[in-house]
Amino acid sequence: MSIKLSGSVRLGLGLAGLVLFFGLWEAAVQSGLLPSGMVPAPSSLGPAWLDEVRGGFWQQAILDSLNHYLLGLLIGSVLGAGLGILCGMLGLLDSLLEGIVRLLRPVPGLAWVPFAILWFGLSTAGATFVIAISVFWINFYAAHSAVRGVDPELYELASAFGHGSFVGRLFKIVLPASAPGIMAGLRTGLGQGWMSVVAAELFGVPGIGARMMQASSLLATDVVVVYMLTMAMLYAITDFLFGFVRKWVLRWQP
Amino acid sequence: MNGADVVASLHDVGLSHDGGAHFVLRHVSLTLARGEFVALLGPSGVGKSTLLRVLMGLMHPTEGQTGGSACTAGAGAHATRRSRAMVFQDARLLPWRSVLRNVMFGLEGLHLNKNEKKARAQEALRLVGLEEVADRLPRRLSGGQRQRVGVARALTVDPDLLLMDEPFGALDPITRTSLQEELQRIWQQTHKTVLFVTHDIEEALRLATRVVVLAGGPPAGITGEIVLDMPQRNPDSPAFRTYAARLRAMIAGEPDPGGEAYWRSAEI
Ligand SMILES: Nc1ncnc2c1ncn2[C@@H]1O[C@H](COP(=O)(O)OP(=O)(O)O)[C@@H](O)[C@H]1O
Ligand SMILES: [Mg+2]
Repeated sequence: MSIKLSGSVRLGLGLAGLVLFFGLWEAAVQSGLLPSGMVPAPSSLGPAWLDEVRGGFWQQAILDSLNHYLLGLLIGSVLGAGLGILCGMLGLLDSLLEGIVRLLRPVPGLAWVPFAILWFGLSTAGATFVIAISVFWINFYAAHSAVRGVDPELYELASAFGHGSFVGRLFKIVLPASAPGIMAGLRTGLGQGWMSVVAAELFGVPGIGARMMQASSLLATDVVVVYMLTMAMLYAITDFLFGFVRKWVLRWQP
Repeated sequence: MNGADVVASLHDVGLSHDGGAHFVLRHVSLTLARGEFVALLGPSGVGKSTLLRVLMGLMHPTEGQTGGSACTAGAGAHATRRSRAMVFQDARLLPWRSVLRNVMFGLEGLHLNKNEKKARAQEALRLVGLEEVADRLPRRLSGGQRQRVGVARALTVDPDLLLMDEPFGALDPITRTSLQEELQRIWQQTHKTVLFVTHDIEEALRLATRVVVLAGGPPAGITGEIVLDMPQRNPDSPAFRTYAARLRAMIAGEPDPGGEAYWRSAEI
C-alpha cells in the first residue's frame, strides 16, 4: 500500500533521512565503531572543505571538471541523439550500423582511457572524449527507441498533408513525437556524465576526479568525501536546471 | 460527363499488399464528379480504407490507373491549396500542437505567408464552430470536437476532393447525428466533392447523393450503386427504407429487391 504524501512532507522526510544518516555516521566514527583512518567523520568535512576553498583547489577543480563535463555532454548528447534519430528513421542505416553498435556498445567509457591518452594526451580533449562516449550510448538508445515508437499512422498523416519527405517527417512528426523519450535520455546522460568525470580525469587531467585521486593517494579521506559531495551537488544542480528545459520542451504533455 | 468535371477516377484498379499474390481490391472503377457527395459503403475489412489511400495517392495501385485533377497529395512551389485532403476515423491530431496549429498543419509548405495561414485556419475553425477553442491542446477536447478539428484541417487546404474514412464511426449516436447535420451544412456551403466511407447504411442514406457499395472478396469489388433521389432524408419514410433494403442486398450479394435506377458495376 502506498500513502499519498504532500510535497512539503516528502521534502521534510528526505531532509530528516539525511540528518539521520550523517548523525549515525558521526556517532559511529566518534564511538570508534568505524575506524577514523578508514572513514572521515562528517564533522571533519567542513574544515577540509574550507582548506580546499582557501587554497583555491576546490574552485579550480570545479571549473576544470565543468569544462570537461559540459563539452563532453554536449558532444555525446548531440551525436548520440542525432545518430539514434537517423537510425530510428532509416531502416537501411540501422541495419548497416547494427553490427558495429553491438560490438562497441558493451565497451565501458573507462576502457577508452588508453586511447584517449594516446590520441589526445593528458588534455581537456582526452577527458571530454571519455565523457562524450559514455553519454553517447545512453542518448543513442533513448532516441532510437523513441523514434521507433512513433505511431506509423502519423507518417501517413504527414504524407496526406504534404509532409511526406524525410525533412517533413523529421521536423513535423519525429522530433516532437519522440521528444519525451529523447529528453529522458538527455536526463539520464546528465547523471552518467558526472559519473564518468572521475574516470575521465583518473589519468591526470586536472579536475574533481584528479583531485580525488591525489587526496586518496595521501589517505586524505575527508578531502575525498568533500569532492564526492561536491559532485553530488553539481549533479543535483544540473538536473534541477535541466528540469526547466524539459518542462518547457514538453509543455504540451499532461 | 464532361472531363473537366471529373475530380477523381479509378480505372480497373487492383491492389495487392504482397506484389500480386493476394488482391484486396480488383477491377474497381469509380468516377467522382465535381460537387457529388458519394458514400462508399461496405463491411469492415473489405478494403474501403485501402481504396481511399489509393485515391489520396498514399498507395499506388498494383493494376489499373488513377485519374483526376491531380493525383498527388503534394503541391507545387506556388500552390496555395492541395488537391486532396483526408479525414481519419481516429481524428489523428498531433498532441503537441494547439487546435489552431493542428489545422494549420496542411497549410505549412504552401505558398502562403504566416498571416494568411492563420486566417485560413481560423476560417475553417469557424466553419466547424470551434473558433473559441483554437488555443487548446487536443487532449482537452471531446471526441466530437476532435473530429471537427480533423474536418477543419482537411477543409482549410481547400481540396477538390475531401476523403473521409468513417469519420464519425467512433462517436456516440447523439454527437454523430449532430456532426452529420453539420457536415451536410458544410457541404452545401462549400460545394466540395466528398467521398465518405462508412459501414452504416443509415449514415450513407442521410448524407450522400450517391451510394457505392464495396463488397465481396477478397478481392472486393464494387457490387452496385444507387443515385439517391430523396429530398427529405427521413429514416422512417418509405423511400429511405426501400433504399436501405436494396443496399443491404448489394452488400450481401443477393439479387436486387427492386426500385428505380440502379446499376451493377459490370454493366456500366
Ligand atoms: N499494410 C497492409 N498489409 C497487408 N494487408 C493489409 C494492409 N493494410 C490493410 N490490409 C488488409 O487489407 C484488407 C482491407 O483493409 P482496409 O482497407 O483497412 O478495410 P476497411 O477500411 O474496409 O475496414 C484487410 O483484410 C486488411 O487486413
Ligand atoms: Mg477502414
